[in-house]
Amino acid sequence: MSVTATRQPTPDISRRRASLRPSENLVAGALVALLCVFLLISIAFPLYALLSKSVLNARGEFVGLANFAAYFANPILVTSLFNSLFIAALSTVIVIPLAFTYAYALTRTCMPAKPLFYALALLPLFAPSLMSALSLVYIFGNQGFLRWMLFGNTIYGPIGIVIAQVTYTFPHAVLILVTALGLSDGRLYEVADALGTSKTRIFRTVTLPGAQYGLISAAFVVFTLVITDFGIPKVIGGQYNVLATDVYRAVVGQQNFEMGAVVGMILLVPAVLAYSVDRIVNRRQVALLSARAVPYQPAPKKARDLGFVVYCLVVAFLVAAALGVAVWASFIQYWPYNLSFTTANYNFPRFEPNGWNPYFTSVKMAALASIIGTVVIFTGAYVIEKTKAFPMARGFAHFLAMLPVAVPGLVLGLGYVFFFNAPWNPLNIFYATLTILVVNTITHFFTVSHITALTALKQIDREFESVSASLKVPFWNTFRRVTVPICLPSILDIAVYLFINAMTTVSAVIFLYGAQTKLASISIVHMDEAGFIAAAAAMATMIVATSIAVKVLHILLDRFFLARFQFWRRR
Amino acid sequence: MVSESMSADAEQPFLQIDNMTKRFGHFTALDQISLQIHSGEFVCFLGPSGCGKTTLLRAIAGLDIQDEGRVTMNGRDVSLAPPADRDFGIVFQSYALFPNLTVAANVGYGLVNQRWPQRRIAERVAELLALVGLPEQGEKYPVQLSGGQQQRVALARALATSPGLLLLDEPLSALDARVRLRLREEIRDLQRRLGVTTIMVTHDQEEALTMADRIVVMNHGVIEQIGTPNEVYARPATAFVADFVGTMSFFEGTLTASNQLTVAGIDLACDDDRGLSAGTRVTVGLRPEEVRVRDVAPDQPNTLQVRVEDLEYLGAFCRARLRTIAGDVPILADFSANLMRDMQITLDRTLTVALPASSLHVFATPIDELTAEEAA
Ligand SMILES: Nc1ncnc2c1ncn2[C@@H]1O[C@H](COP(=O)(O)OP(=O)(O)O)[C@@H](O)[C@H]1O
Ligand SMILES: [Mg+2]
Repeated sequence: MSVTATRQPTPDISRRRASLRPSENLVAGALVALLCVFLLISIAFPLYALLSKSVLNARGEFVGLANFAAYFANPILVTSLFNSLFIAALSTVIVIPLAFTYAYALTRTCMPAKPLFYALALLPLFAPSLMSALSLVYIFGNQGFLRWMLFGNTIYGPIGIVIAQVTYTFPHAVLILVTALGLSDGRLYEVADALGTSKTRIFRTVTLPGAQYGLISAAFVVFTLVITDFGIPKVIGGQYNVLATDVYRAVVGQQNFEMGAVVGMILLVPAVLAYSVDRIVNRRQVALLSARAVPYQPAPKKARDLGFVVYCLVVAFLVAAALGVAVWASFIQYWPYNLSFTTANYNFPRFEPNGWNPYFTSVKMAALASIIGTVVIFTGAYVIEKTKAFPMARGFAHFLAMLPVAVPGLVLGLGYVFFFNAPWNPLNIFYATLTILVVNTITHFFTVSHITALTALKQIDREFESVSASLKVPFWNTFRRVTVPICLPSILDIAVYLFINAMTTVSAVIFLYGAQTKLASISIVHMDEAGFIAAAAAMATMIVATSIAVKVLHILLDRFFLARFQFWRRR
Repeated sequence: MVSESMSADAEQPFLQIDNMTKRFGHFTALDQISLQIHSGEFVCFLGPSGCGKTTLLRAIAGLDIQDEGRVTMNGRDVSLAPPADRDFGIVFQSYALFPNLTVAANVGYGLVNQRWPQRRIAERVAELLALVGLPEQGEKYPVQLSGGQQQRVALARALATSPGLLLLDEPLSALDARVRLRLREEIRDLQRRLGVTTIMVTHDQEEALTMADRIVVMNHGVIEQIGTPNEVYARPATAFVADFVGTMSFFEGTLTASNQLTVAGIDLACDDDRGLSAGTRVTVGLRPEEVRVRDVAPDQPNTLQVRVEDLEYLGAFCRARLRTIAGDVPILADFSANLMRDMQITLDRTLTVALPASSLHVFATPIDELTAEEAA
C-alpha cells in the first residue's frame, strides 16, 4: 500500500464541484422560510382573524370590547359559561383520582397484565369523543336498560355529559400520570423505608410530591379537553347549553360570527393557561429528577396487587363498555326490543345523503394528513434542530410550531372560518375542500408531532451534520441516508398519531367541510341529529375499527418489519 | 527541533489565523486569537475544559463562523467559506459514526459524493481500513466494534478524501486509559507517515506533550503560550501554563536586584527575571523534580534547610512536602525511590536542598491574583 498515493485526488476538483452545488445554507433557509409560511397561514393568521373578529362588528368596524360586553349581558349565554365551567370542573375532579389510581397500579405495583390494562385505558383515544355519549344513550337513554339507575333523572344533560367526558379524558390523564409516576427516584423510597417511615407517610411525603406536577398538568389538560369538546354535549347535552355548542349554534345556525369569535376567545383562555402550566411543570419535573436517580422497582405484595387488579378490571370494563355498547348496538335490529344481529345499520345510504362517502373521505383525509403532515413536520423539525443558518427564522418557526397545542380544535376551526372564508382572501378557493381539511388537521396536531420529531432528532449525535459538511456531503444526503433511517420508528409514530387523530376529530372540521368533503365524524353528528342513533353508532364503530387496525398494523410493523431493518442497532 | 526549522522557514504557513474573536452573547469565547500552523505539523490545542479549544477548532473548520478575524488556508482566505469549501477531515470525541451504515459505507461516505467509481471506492476503503489497523472489518456495523475501533473508523473516514488538514476534537477522551495510550501512538505514527497537517484538541497535558510538534496552551479564550512541548514545559510563559502543564509549587517573592529575588527572607538567584525591575512583587515557580538533594553543601548558593513534612508514595517516585526552616515556605519535591534510599529521607528529617537558579521561574502575576483567578 502506498502511503503517498493516499494524498492524491486534487482538492481543486472537489472545490470546483462544491461551488457548483446550490448553497446548503440557501436550501436550509428556503425550507425554514417555507415552514414559516405554512405555519403563518395555518395557525398565526387564522388566530389573528379570530382575535380581530371578536373586536369588530358585523360591518367590520372596530367596536372594542362591545362584543364581549354584549355576551356578558346575555343571561342565557352566561349560563352556558357557568355550565361549561361546572361540567369541566366536575369531570376533572372525578377523572383525576380515577386516573391517578389507575396509573399508580400500572407503575407502582406488581399487578399482572399491565400492558393489557394500559391498552384498555387508552382505548377511547381511538374513538371520536362522542362515541361514549352514544353508548350512554343506549345504556341510560329513554330506551336504556339501566335507566332505572338514574332515579328519574335524565341522561340528556349534565349527568350524561360528565360521564362521557370522564371516559373521553381518562386516557389523556392516564398517559400524563403514568409518565409522572414513572419518573421516580427509587432511592428515596429505600431511604424512607430504612428510616422506618409508615406507608401512608411515604405516600404523602414522597409519592404525591413526586407526582404533583403530573397531577397539575393532567388536571389542566382534562379541564381544557372538556370545556372545548363539542361532540359530547352535542349528542347528549339535551337542553343543557355549554360554550362549545353555543359556538356551533352561533356560527353554523345563526351566522353570528362576532358572538362565535367572542366565545372562541373565551375558550382560548383555559387552553392557553393549561399550555403555560404544562410548560412550567415540565421544566420543574425534569429538574426534580437528578441524573443519578434510579427508577423505582415495586416489590410484589399479594393483597395490594390483588386490590389494584380488581380496581383496574372494574375501570377498564367501564371504559371498554363506554365504547363497546355503541359497537354492540350498531349490530342490533331494534334496541332494546329486538336484539337480533343485523348489519342493516351499516347501510349508510339509508340514513345519510352521502352514504358511505364520509367514511372514505375520512380515510382519504387521514391518509393525506398523515403522509403530508409527517413529511412537513419531520423535515421542519430537522431544519430547525440540525441546520445552522438563519437562527432567528428557525426560532420563529419553532415558536409557531409550539402554538397549535394551545389552541382547541373548535377555536382553530373558527379561526379558519374567519380567515379562509374571508372574501378578500385569495385562499378562499380552498374553503370546504379536502385541502383545507388536511391543512387544518395537520396544524391541529402539529405540536405533539413536532415535539416527537425533535426528541428523536436530539437523540442523534449532533456532529453528524459537521462530519458530512467536512466530507463535502450536503445535509440533504445525510438526512436521507442517515437521519431518516435512524428516526424511522418516531416517523412512524408521528404518521400513526396524525392518522388516528384525523379519523376521530370533530371539533375543528365541523366548520370547514363541504358537501363533497363531509367526514365520517361529522356524519355521526348529523345522523344522531336526525335520530338515526344506530347508524351513528355504526359509523363510530367504523372509525374505531379503522383507527385500531392502523394501530395494530403499526405495532406489527414496528415489531417485525422495522426490527429487521434496524439490525444495526443490535450488537 | 521540528518547530525551529519550521519557524525559520520563510514559506507561507499552511493555516493562518488572524485576530479571531468569537462571542456567545456577552461571553467572549475566543479573544483576538492569532496563530500560524505549518504544513505537516502536529499541533495540539491544550487547555482546561471551557477555555475555547473546540470553539477555535470549529471556527477553523467553518462549522461555527467567528465574529471577527481571518482564516487563511493554503494562501486562500476562507474566513467566511462554508465547511464544504474548506479542505479538512474531522474526528469527534463521540466518534459520530453513522450507526445504520456499515464500517465500509462510513469510511466511503465522502467518496460516494465525489462520484468515484464503485471499484475505486472499495479499494480506497480497504486501503484506509488497513491503514488504521482494521482490515476485513468493513461489513460490520459500528455497534459491533469497541470504542477504540470505532474511533479508528472515524479516523479512516476523515482521511478518506485525503484532506490537507486533519482536525481531532478530544479523539481519545472517551476511551479507556489503555486503549488511549495505544491509539495515541498510532495516531501520531499515522500522521507522520501521511504528513497530513493535524490539529488535535485535548485537555490532557500528557497527551499534548507526547504527541504534538507544537502546543498551543489556551485559557479563557486567549493563547497563553505557543511552543514545542519542551519549551512549554521547561520555559512556561505564564504561571497558568506552568501550573497547567506539569506540577509547580508557587511562592510569593520580590525581586531585589537583577536576577536576584527574595522569598520569605531567603535570598535566591534566578536565571531569568524577565527584565522586571527590582522591587517588583512576583510569583516564583519551581517544579518538584528540580529540587536537588544529592551533593548539596550548605554554603553553596540557593541552598536552604527544609524539614520533611509529608511523603506521598506515587510508585516510581515519592512526592514530598517540604517546609523551609527559615521563612516557613512549603515546597513540593519529587524524590526517586533510589534517592529516598540513598539519602535516607524520612518524615521529619531536616535536609539541605538546592534550588538551581535555572529552575526558578519568575512570573509577573502576583500570587494573590493567581489564586483569585483559580477560585473564579
Ligand atoms: N453554542 C454555544 N453557546 C453559548 N456558549 C457556548 C457555546 N459553545 C461554547 N460555549 C461556551 O464557550 C466556552 C468555550 O467552549 P468550548 O470551546 O467548547 O470549550 P473547550 O475548550 O472545553 O472545548 C465555554 O465556556 C462554553 O460554555
Ligand atoms: Mg471541547
